[in-house]
Amino acid sequence: MDQLIDAFFNIDVLLRTKEFYLYGLTTSLRLIVFSGMCAMGWGLLLSVIRNSNLRFINYPIIVYTDVLRSLPILANMLLLYYALPFVGISMSSFWAATIALSLTGGAYYAEIFRSGIEVIHRGQTEAARSLGLTYLKTMRYVILPQAIRVVLPPLTTNTLEFIKSTAAASVVALPDILNEAMQAQNVTFSPTPLMVALVFYILVCYPLVLLIEHFENSYHKR
Amino acid sequence: MNLRALAEYFFNIDIMYRALPALLSGVWVTVKVSVTLMVFGFVAGLVLAVMRTSHVRYLSRPVNILIRLYVNLLRASPSLVLVVLVYYGSGFIGIELSAFWATVITFGACLSAFAEEIFRAGIEAIGKGQVEAARAIGLTHLQTMRYVILPWAIRAAIPTLTNSSIGISKDISMASAIALPELLKQARHIQALVANPTPLIEAAIIYVLLFFPFVRLTSFLERKRTKKGSKHI
Repeated sequence: MDQLIDAFFNIDVLLRTKEFYLYGLTTSLRLIVFSGMCAMGWGLLLSVIRNSNLRFINYPIIVYTDVLRSLPILANMLLLYYALPFVGISMSSFWAATIALSLTGGAYYAEIFRSGIEVIHRGQTEAARSLGLTYLKTMRYVILPQAIRVVLPPLTTNTLEFIKSTAAASVVALPDILNEAMQAQNVTFSPTPLMVALVFYILVCYPLVLLIEHFENSYHKR
Repeated sequence: MNLRALAEYFFNIDIMYRALPALLSGVWVTVKVSVTLMVFGFVAGLVLAVMRTSHVRYLSRPVNILIRLYVNLLRASPSLVLVVLVYYGSGFIGIELSAFWATVITFGACLSAFAEEIFRAGIEAIGKGQVEAARAIGLTHLQTMRYVILPWAIRAAIPTLTNSSIGISKDISMASAIALPELLKQARHIQALVANPTPLIEAAIIYVLLFFPFVRLTSFLERKRTKKGSKHI
């Protein structure tokens, strides 16, 4: 047991490597918040466009969401970061990670928002339109407020998965918490820094897990 | 950006042809790992679900709390962090895990957390009356599980379980961080050798070919389900 604590929860190592985490922590939080907002916005935009039922826009969106949902996020990131510079488009690892996460996350979010929009009866759209609201206003004031409430549980689950997938950014050399922890681990030869990264993600994600549990329980009670 | 650079660096037929055998061996590793971890994950998830829904006096409460903690902690941790931790950390507790087994254990554990929740939902969805009837005709608790509850619960769990298994199989690409020679790792290796990103593009195409049918299938199943119980607001 002592040996275990010495390896995985070593206070000495923790204090020696603390500069690593402070920087990694802010990078990770910035990435999670920024790319999360981009992904959600992009997903919402895609679902609203798709609901307009214009066939020549719809099919590209369907293909886009399905292709990106079948491509692992890591492959997407590597493509943006390692492949695009060869054709003259290069970006920092933060932007490569953000764009990859937004593209893939947006595809997942779009599907969720779409399923919410489809639940709202057509009659509501027709009523709003006949009152003289434009398509976008109908969406903004009538459909989306209800649709988002309906899809709150899957939205939470997806956000949890999204936050977990941001850890992949360490592979494209973004100095996030995992990347910094791996560097600290290389210096100290101790798995303690990796535990720090794990604890960070658990602290961020555990409230969402509890929220999902709450949704599941209230669904069963109904 | 011009078309010649695009053809040279993204769709270089020569490199694609040369990289194909290595990438296919990567696909084989991905499939092998997926199948192994699915067996582990499903069995562990089923056992946990049965344990959690059994009401043994004095024992069920602590067991419940432990399983809930296990499931929630695994759901809250990114698989990339876990797989790196299991791979490097295993040496410190005296077990040298190969990249293959580190991946199987990590992702198998993640899948078991999902599977526990799904199986439990299936078990709990069965009416109390059925359980009482089974117990009344003299079946033991385990027999009730085996012959009455599980056949139904497992069938009900299959669509959701397929969905999360696909998600996990896709995430196996994360194991390239611990040098498991799966598809993405092979692609990066060849890309570094030939200094040309074509293998990455090729790997992406293979991923899409592999997983696109499943993505379509799950949205089809979901559509069917929502249509059946279509209640509009």
